[in-house]
Amino acid sequence: MGIDAAIEAEGLVKNFGRTKALAGFDLSVPAGSVFGLLGPNGAGKTTAVRVLTTLLLPDGGSARVLGSDVVTRSAEVRLNIGLTGQYAALDDYLTGRANLIMIGELSRLSSRQAKRRADDLLDRFDLTGAAGRAVKTYSGGMRRRLDLAASLISQPRVLFLDEPTTGLDPRSRAVMWDIIRELAADGTTLLLTTQYLEEADQLAESIAVIDTGRVIAEGTPDELKAQVGGERIEVTLVEGSDVDKAASAIAPLASGPVHTDAAAWRIEAPVSATGSGITTRVVRDLDAVGIEADRIGVRRPSLDDVFLALTGHQAASDGTGGDRVSEGTGGDGTETADSEREGAAV
Amino acid sequence: MTATTMPVAPAPGTARRSSLRWAVKDVFVLTRRSLARIRREPETLSDVTIQPVVFVLLFAYVFGSAIRIPGGGSYHEYLVGGMIGMGLAQTAPGTAVALVTDMSTGLIDRFRSLPMSRAAVLVGRSIADLLTQIIGVLVTAGVGLAIGWRIHTGVWDVLAAFGLALLFGYAFTWAGACLGMVLRSPEAAQQTGFIIFLPLMFISNAFVPTQGMPGWLQAVADWNPMSALAAASRHFFGNPDPAAAIQAWPMQHPELAVAGWSVLMVAVFAPLAVHLYRRKALG
Repeated sequence: MGIDAAIEAEGLVKNFGRTKALAGFDLSVPAGSVFGLLGPNGAGKTTAVRVLTTLLLPDGGSARVLGSDVVTRSAEVRLNIGLTGQYAALDDYLTGRANLIMIGELSRLSSRQAKRRADDLLDRFDLTGAAGRAVKTYSGGMRRRLDLAASLISQPRVLFLDEPTTGLDPRSRAVMWDIIRELAADGTTLLLTTQYLEEADQLAESIAVIDTGRVIAEGTPDELKAQVGGERIEVTLVEGSDVDKAASAIAPLASGPVHTDAAAWRIEAPVSATGSGITTRVVRDLDAVGIEADRIGVRRPSLDDVFLALTGHQAASDGTGGDRVSEGTGGDGTETADSEREGAAV
Repeated sequence: MTATTMPVAPAPGTARRSSLRWAVKDVFVLTRRSLARIRREPETLSDVTIQPVVFVLLFAYVFGSAIRIPGGGSYHEYLVGGMIGMGLAQTAPGTAVALVTDMSTGLIDRFRSLPMSRAAVLVGRSIADLLTQIIGVLVTAGVGLAIGWRIHTGVWDVLAAFGLALLFGYAFTWAGACLGMVLRSPEAAQQTGFIIFLPLMFISNAFVPTQGMPGWLQAVADWNPMSALAAASRHFFGNPDPAAAIQAWPMQHPELAVAGWSVLMVAVFAPLAVHLYRRKALG
C-alpha cells in the first residue's frame, strides 16, 4: 500500500569519539530492489547498517525501515529485517540445524515452524549434509551460507547484507552471488554493502557510493560510470608504426586529447560515439594513412574509475579480475580522467 | 518468498501479555542453547565437577590437618558448608567469560537484530549457570560425605540449606554478568573475576574460623556474604558452627543475612547488567 521506499535515511550522524562515522548520511532504497552501498574500509558502511538495523543509536538524523522509525519503533523494525554481518553470527558449538532453529524461535516462529524453515533452508543452501555437525567444523563458505540462511529464517521483507563475501574464496563468492540473485528475484528488498566494485556492479540495481560517512554519488552502475566520462578507445599499433602519424589520424574521432605511448605503440583517446561503429572507423582512418592496428578495443569506464574519480582514492581490489586497470600513460597530467587513472598505474 | 507470516506490529491490546510470553520463550531457548553447549563440550563443566573434588580434598587433608575448630568438632564437617559457598561463588567469573565470549562474536549482534527480548540473553545465561551450580552443590556434598561430613538434621533443613545456597549462587551469576558487560575480552574477565572473587572467598569463615583473624579483618569476614552462607549451611546441617559465638549481626542471623545479601545483589546487579547490555553496543 504505497510504501515506495523500504529503507529511508535522512541526515544520519554518528560519532565515535572524534571520529565521524556518519556525517549526514542520506539513503532511499525502493521496496523490492537490490541496493549496493559501496565504499572503502572505514567509509561508514557498517555503521550505516548498524543504525538501520537498530543496533546503534544515531547521534542525529532519522531513518525508517518499512515506515517504522529505527529509534522510536525499533521493535517493529526488528520484526521485518534480517541481518547478515561481516562475521558469521553463529554459535560455534551448536550444529548448523540447531543454530537455525534457535534463530527461528527467537524470531517469533513456533518450534515447529522453525524446524521446518531450518530444514528448507539447509536444503536450499546445500548444507543438509553438514546440518548435524557443530558449526566450528564448517568452512568459511559454509559458515557464510548458514549465516545468510539464519537471517532468512523469518522471511524478512528487508535484508541487510554487510559485506557478505569479504574473505571468501572466489568459488564461495560465486555461490553467495547466486543466492543473493535468487533472493532479489523473490522480491526481498536487499541492502548490500561491499568494498568490491565488481560485486556492486554484478548484484545491485542501484548503488550509493559512500565515503567519510556520507553518500557522494548515487545511481545505477551505468549512470555512475557515465559520470566519469564516456568510453575510451585503445589502439595498439603493429610494432614499428609511426605513432604520431596514427594519433593525428585518429584525432578527429576523439572527444578529447589523444594519448600516445610510443614505446608500446599505443594510442588512447576518449570517444563520445558509442558502440561498434567507432572501431570500424578507426581501422578505416588508420588504413587511409597506411598504418595497421594490431589490436583495437573500446573500454568502458569501470566502477573503479568512478570510485577513484569520486573519492580521489582507490577502492579495495578483490584480485579476482573483472575490470582491467589500464597502464599509466605517463607524463602529461592535463587530462583529468587520465591523471586520475595514473593513480592506478602499476 | 512471501512475507505473509510476519505482522508489522502486534495488536495493541494483547501486546503486553504476549510480549511477556515471548520473553519467557526466549529465555527458554537461550537456556537450552547454553546447556546444549555443555552437552557438546562436557569439559566446560569441570568447574562444578572436578574442581569441587580437588578443593574439598586439598582443604580437608592439607589445611584441615592444622586447623582446630573453636568449640571443637570435625574440620571435615566444618568445611563442607564453606565449600558449597565457594563452589557457587567461583562460577561467577565463568558467567562473565561466557557472556564476554558471546559479545565478542557477531552472535550478540544477531540477537539484537531479532524481535526478541533483550534481557533474555542474560536471563537465559543466569538460569543455565544456576542449573550447573546445582551439579556443583551435589558434587561438593558427595565428596563431603565421602570424607566424613554428615548431616545431623532433617530433610527440610537440608532442602532449606540447598535452596538458600542456590539463591546465593544465582545472585552471584548476576555479579558475573555485570563483570561480563564491563570487560572486553574473555581473558580479562577470567583474570578480573579471579582477583575479585578470590579475596571474597578467602576473607570469610568458609575455610577457617574468623576468630583468629586481626580485628578489622574479622569484621570484614563476618559481614562477607560468603561467611553468612557458610554459617547458615552449618546451622542447617547441624555441623560445627563457631560463628554462632560471634556477635556480628550476620553471624547471629546467617539465614536472613544470606537471603538479604542475595536479594540485594540480584536487585542491583540484574537491572545493572541488563542496562549495560542494552547500552553496550548502542553506544
